[in-house]
Amino acid sequence: MSFWNKIKKNENIYYAVTNTKVQIGVVLFLLILLLSIIGPMITRYSYTEFAGPGYEPPSSDYWFGTTIQGRDVFTQTVFGLRSTILVGFIGGLIASIIGVIIGLIAGYKGGWLDELLMMLTNVVLTFPTLAVLIIVAAYLPYRGIVNMAVLVGLTVWPWTARAVRSQTMSLKNSRFVDLSRISSNHIIRILFEDIAANMFSYIFMVFILQFLGTILATVGLEFIGLGPTRGISLGLIMQQAVNWNALELGMWWWGIIPGLILTIMIVSLYFINTGLDEAFNPKLREF
Amino acid sequence: MADTEETVLEVKDLKAYYRVMKGDVKAVDGLNFTVRRGEILGVVGESGCGKSTLAYSLISLNKPLQHISGEANLLGQDLMKLSREEKRKLKMKNISIIPQYALDAFSPTKKIKTFIKDMVKQHGRRADKEFMDKVKTRFEIVNLSHSVLDRYSMELSGGMKQRVVMLISSLLDPDLIIADEITSALDVTSQRYVTTLLADLRDEGIIGSAIFITHDLATLYQIADRIMVMYAGRLAELGNADEIVHNPRHPYTRALINSLPRIGIQHKDERLTGIKGTPPDLTDIEEGCRFRFRCQYRTEECDKSPKMEKTHQRHYIRCWNYESVGSDKNE
Amino acid sequence: MSEENKAILKAEGLTKIFSSGIINKEYTVAVNNASFELYPGKVTSLVGESGSGKTTVGRLILKLIEPTAGKIFFKGQDITDIEDRDTKKEYYRQIQGVFQDPFSSFNPLFKINRIFDILFREFEPETKNREELISQSLEEVNLNPDRILDKYPHQLSGGQLQRLLIARALLLDVDILVADEIISMLDASTKMGVLNLLVDICRDKGMAVLFITHDLNLGYYLSDDTLILHEGNLVERGATTKVYENPYHPYTQMLFDSVPDIEEKWDRSKEFIPEQIIEAVEEFYQNNDEEGYKEVEENHFVLMSILETENYK
Repeated sequence: MSFWNKIKKNENIYYAVTNTKVQIGVVLFLLILLLSIIGPMITRYSYTEFAGPGYEPPSSDYWFGTTIQGRDVFTQTVFGLRSTILVGFIGGLIASIIGVIIGLIAGYKGGWLDELLMMLTNVVLTFPTLAVLIIVAAYLPYRGIVNMAVLVGLTVWPWTARAVRSQTMSLKNSRFVDLSRISSNHIIRILFEDIAANMFSYIFMVFILQFLGTILATVGLEFIGLGPTRGISLGLIMQQAVNWNALELGMWWWGIIPGLILTIMIVSLYFINTGLDEAFNPKLREF
Repeated sequence: MADTEETVLEVKDLKAYYRVMKGDVKAVDGLNFTVRRGEILGVVGESGCGKSTLAYSLISLNKPLQHISGEANLLGQDLMKLSREEKRKLKMKNISIIPQYALDAFSPTKKIKTFIKDMVKQHGRRADKEFMDKVKTRFEIVNLSHSVLDRYSMELSGGMKQRVVMLISSLLDPDLIIADEITSALDVTSQRYVTTLLADLRDEGIIGSAIFITHDLATLYQIADRIMVMYAGRLAELGNADEIVHNPRHPYTRALINSLPRIGIQHKDERLTGIKGTPPDLTDIEEGCRFRFRCQYRTEECDKSPKMEKTHQRHYIRCWNYESVGSDKNE
Repeated sequence: MSEENKAILKAEGLTKIFSSGIINKEYTVAVNNASFELYPGKVTSLVGESGSGKTTVGRLILKLIEPTAGKIFFKGQDITDIEDRDTKKEYYRQIQGVFQDPFSSFNPLFKINRIFDILFREFEPETKNREELISQSLEEVNLNPDRILDKYPHQLSGGQLQRLLIARALLLDVDILVADEIISMLDASTKMGVLNLLVDICRDKGMAVLFITHDLNLGYYLSDDTLILHEGNLVERGATTKVYENPYHPYTQMLFDSVPDIEEKWDRSKEFIPEQIIEAVEEFYQNNDEEGYKEVEENHFVLMSILETENYK
């Protein structure tokens, strides 16, 4: 009970947890997350193993069916989901942290610092990301999920930086920032309490975009054979399904089920995002 | 002109409430007044006194605003009973509004010409060639050159935009025009022009009568023939403009006028006083005079709602003690 | 003793030019060569219409924006270029502002008491009787502390927020208050109480007030000195009674002609279109050969020709 009272005291969190959209989104996302955690534990197969005959539609033995070679799609999907979430999370987090800090400083300080930071941002932005990734990937001793994600995160932050910068520039001219300034409020507090907090939902939305962007970028690498040397991901499964013309062969389960799970994950994040927007913006709260 | 007895609008015990979750906001709660042909009736009051709601209830009742009871007879037709379609026929020709928000409606990407066409459509009229020709002739009356039609709103000042809005609203020579806070967003120098323009349009017979709604009593006094002072959804006092300003009877009117700064009075010589307290919450209002909590003349009687009294010269007042307030004048 | 020595704040040739665009830069002169002084215990009203640059002057004085040219002296010291946080904090301990738009003056994510928390944390961390002081200042502006402090900004009305900002500024016991259209959200009946309070504090504590307004009646009632701003130029300045009784500049004259008065109605035969003002002002500058400001009577100055803006391109 005391925990609930604590939540009630912090109104932002209170409104967040009582918002229907957040609730739906969180439940969906937790289900997906649960699947990625429990799935690998309960499966009877390994994702590289030829678990049975090929062309098997979903059944009690092979829950999501089997691939053309007879691998278990359920096993592949849950392992793939796990690494996909990890890749998206790490990549999105790195991109968001770098992007938010650079965007905040550039937008708030302006002047030469802004020009310098934006020059850096634009340079990174115009990098042929794929080419850079190919070169770097080629020099890595081995390609794991984590260092792939870090690589992608390091190249996609400019999008966050530019978005945060333009938001910062408009927020810094608001009267409440003026009031904080003549109150001698510390710049760090102004940046985080007055500016970043007021675009939190915006940052979160960009995070989700980066999350998805990272996944797509890794899928791109996987397509040209520069994916993780070991492991599996949702992108990899779908790519194989496409390569083997799964749909034309009537094996809808191979590509559609992993795709559907990816979609549910995206939708759940979208629900969380719009719900949080309502919760953190008191004006949108429904009374 | 204002002496003719012909009535353009007669409002009888009109009630219009906002239906919201908290309950009813009684923004217009039992209003009685008339507008005579050829007169400018000024309506003044603080924000939330129901003066703008009065305008909406006459022109377009949109939810959450709802008509509760009472009549508003425009040339013999009760506006409250008309259907949307019947009302549309009256708009611009018999009754027209210069809305408060019109200045914000100018889109930066649209030429004035386009804006006029859009606005006319909102009034439910077609903007054909004949119509635009008439617009051009009216431009001269408000001292705008025809070239303004091809300009963008960004190139015009607030005062010029307000003149455009005024000429559109008065284009079909309405019998009654409602001017809702037409000066509050303007600069001082434009305020004068726009205010007198309203009187000019009346003098030239382009508009029949006008209801001029504002919070600025000093501006209102410049052109209004009669003034109605509203407080918390009700009429406080209604009478000739000079009478209201120079010989106010209602304690609220008196306090309002005493709080008006004017050139000639400086803080160090004379202290203007405000009115203590705030207006009542219109969702939760009890029996009794609505001003009594802020009134220095309050007596026991004030716990009952005062009736509307007619004193001399068609001066109406809603106060139990107006006689003693009036004699208090030279204290 | 000359008045010059007593001025607590002095602006000299204050100029602000905004630029926009990247390749074809466009320049807007918001304020051009404004010079004026603020005195302790006196209210100086800065009167101007929209776009006159009056808000920009307030923001320059509060060091929220940097002037393109000109200097600001506070208690004799040049503070135009101070950047350092501690020096700025020392400045803000002595000068505060209240802004025009109360709704955007509050961070929507925090409760009202945040503005007081910041104030005490930054300026008076030692204060013990915080609550008492806050309650006192809120009651002075007719607000009930119990019903206000725990609220979010969107739960209060514009008038309440505006009075909160005034209460906040008065808590610090400042030497200068910049008040930019501070009563725009208040009704006729309530604004007088707030304004009287402001002037009383100004007189009692020797605070200088820069009262930025478009309301000439109000300017006359409150202020000792008046500055008239037109399109960024300070066209007329001096003692309020002198400027109002004997306006010299054509803009000032037309402005005063437009003021509604409940004693006397406008003379309808002397109508003018607002667009004529610019013409009249230009004609005035062309038809006299005098330079800069002319002292038409003691402590009453009029701009006779536009002062040259510094070369900014």
